[in-house]
Amino acid sequence: MAAPRARRDRVAGDAGVKSPFHTTGEVLASKRVGAFQHLTVVAPGVAERFRPGTFVAVSVDGTRLARRALWIHGVRPVGGHGPALQLVVEPVGPGTRWLAERPVGTRLEVTGPLGRAFALPKEPVATLLVGEGYAAAPLFPLAERLRERGCQVNLLLAAPDERRLLSALEARRSARAATVVTADGSVGRRGSVADVVAGVLAQSAAEVVYAAGPVPTLHAVAAAAEQAGAWSQTAVEQPLACGTGLCHGCPLPVVGEDGVARVVRACTEGPVVRGDRVRWAELAGARPAHGEPA
Amino acid sequence: MIDLANPVVVAAGCGGTGRELDALGALDGIGAFTTRSLTLNARTGGPVPRFAETPSGLVHSTGLPGPGLEIFLATELPWLVARGMRVVVSVTGASVAEHAEVARRLAQAPGVRGIEVDLAVPDARAHGLLDVREPFHAANVVAAVVREAQDLPVLAKVRSDVLRVAESARVVTDAGAVAVVVGGPQAAALPDGRPAGLSGPAVLPLALRCVTEVRAALPGVPVVGCGGITTTADARSFLDAGAVAVQVGAALLHDPTTAARIAADLAGGPS
Ligand SMILES: Cc1cc2nc3c(=O)[nH]c(=O)nc-3n(C[C@H](O)[C@H](O)[C@H](O)COP(=O)(O)OP(=O)(O)OC[C@H]3O[C@@H](n4cnc5c(N)ncnc54)[C@H](O)[C@@H]3O)c2cc1C
Ligand SMILES: Cc1cc2nc3c(=O)[nH]c(=O)nc-3n(C[C@H](O)[C@H](O)[C@H](O)COP(=O)(O)O)c2cc1C
Ligand code: FES
Repeated sequence: MAAPRARRDRVAGDAGVKSPFHTTGEVLASKRVGAFQHLTVVAPGVAERFRPGTFVAVSVDGTRLARRALWIHGVRPVGGHGPALQLVVEPVGPGTRWLAERPVGTRLEVTGPLGRAFALPKEPVATLLVGEGYAAAPLFPLAERLRERGCQVNLLLAAPDERRLLSALEARRSARAATVVTADGSVGRRGSVADVVAGVLAQSAAEVVYAAGPVPTLHAVAAAAEQAGAWSQTAVEQPLACGTGLCHGCPLPVVGEDGVARVVRACTEGPVVRGDRVRWAELAGARPAHGEPA
Repeated sequence: MIDLANPVVVAAGCGGTGRELDALGALDGIGAFTTRSLTLNARTGGPVPRFAETPSGLVHSTGLPGPGLEIFLATELPWLVARGMRVVVSVTGASVAEHAEVARRLAQAPGVRGIEVDLAVPDARAHGLLDVREPFHAANVVAAVVREAQDLPVLAKVRSDVLRVAESARVVTDAGAVAVVVGGPQAAALPDGRPAGLSGPAVLPLALRCVTEVRAALPGVPVVGCGGITTTADARSFLDAGAVAVQVGAALLHDPTTAARIAADLAGGPS
């Protein structure tokens, strides 16, 4: 399935175009940092369209049909190649292990950027960015965009342990205040996002909260934001088969603007959704019955 | 049947609303677009997980989520028609009457080129849909749809059971279907045992056999081949076996440009 082939790529880089792009990319660099593999992938047409909170779908290992979703951690110009994607892979299963083991020069089928990005505030307000593990990846480019708009950026980074804490050093440099928590206490405070988020939120006086991480973490952040009267945007990960909106394999239970309960596609109507719109209890395990309105 | 500029068709349930493929330039040159199987009323679909990977295949049980016919007619169909797509609407339902009602409304809808009756839902009962196991059930559904569809051509997508596919094809064409779609998902199960369908390259040899069985038994019936097509060579195998057109499904989830690429290759002439 991954055989090289001729493709009629559309012209790459037409500025302002938001639609995604499907192309053959190439691994330019691959570096181990703690438990993560940091990949630099040149994918003409994809990087140019990037906005924080969007992701790419990549094909792995010849016979595997489903695609693997990865947050775009950043876009960096690489000499002779133009803008390249920065990706962070945590090897947890066959697909992510395959990606982490790819040597430089490997060709990768990449589609992106996909999904809805983080919405930026119109006013220069104080913000809090909460990220756990590799999922903190989209928060770094978001922090940059927020600072460009004069927003104050506070960071709360979490991980099970130091090896799975993403770029704490960079975080300290780029945020006004950075709090770090790890489950085992190997770096920062011992604890979880749920333990500390209300306190950090009160201290930062943030009006807008952005979060990326596992569902229970997002739920805790959304609840704390609601309690504090802040507006929250959560980046929700659901198992994806295609990532491109074709298969309806990624149901996300939400409440629409009109107050009506719906099930939308996490990959297309998400991954970023307002925290107060997600029906967290259902996402955490309860299974929606068939037949109720979509 | 339906006049197609290109024999490559997007298979039901694998092309989203059409807009997602178009955003990638992946509807260019496509012969027709088949919608996901629609029901009269909206459905949220089934529980998660809805899919599992298997070597060269995808096991899936989405529970056929959809907006219901009215919303489809108001929002999705007009876009597809304006985009210039030939639209085949796939239909399913909980009863023969529901199928008939959907067909009646589709017959009034501007721009629809055909109806495809999905008689091959591998997990129908689990999702409260009519389980069309016996050929005479299939014939009943098709006859009801044909009655209401007026001038619209009706295609029947039959179960891809190698031993019974020719019989299924005969009864549905006797009931008024103008063509049969052969080689849909194989009945399968998710790892937790829930009923599901198996699609992708793993099912191609079975689908191809189904096509040859139907062609041999019913040389006069147009056959649309479907199942595991990912390359132009795959599509040619089905066309060489006598299919008038091919549908591309699960391959789009892996590479959304697959159908457009095969369509362009075939349009480029034989090689
Ligand atoms: C929007 C989004 C962004 C993501 N960004 C990153 C990232 O930047 N870095 C990173 O390491 N991981 C990320 N993930 C998770 C990553 O996609 C999964 O860990 C990966 O697909 C698992 O594949 P596997 O073959 O290694 O493991 P398996 O668990 O064997 O995967 C089997 C199947 O389940 C699907 N799947 C399983 N878990 C997930 C999951 N959590 N999310 C989506 N699909 C899943 C896979 O696509 C595959 O089809 C992201 C997920 C989403 C939805
Ligand atoms: C995720 C998914 C959803 C599907 N939904 C439908 C559907 O709504 N109606 C239908 O008739 N077939 C549906 N199918 C079956 C395909 O249309 C096709 O017949 C089958 O998958 C075999 O072809 P393929 O291997 O090219 O996918 C679906 C298949 C997949 C993978
Ligand atoms: S993963 Fe296929 S629609 Fe979202």
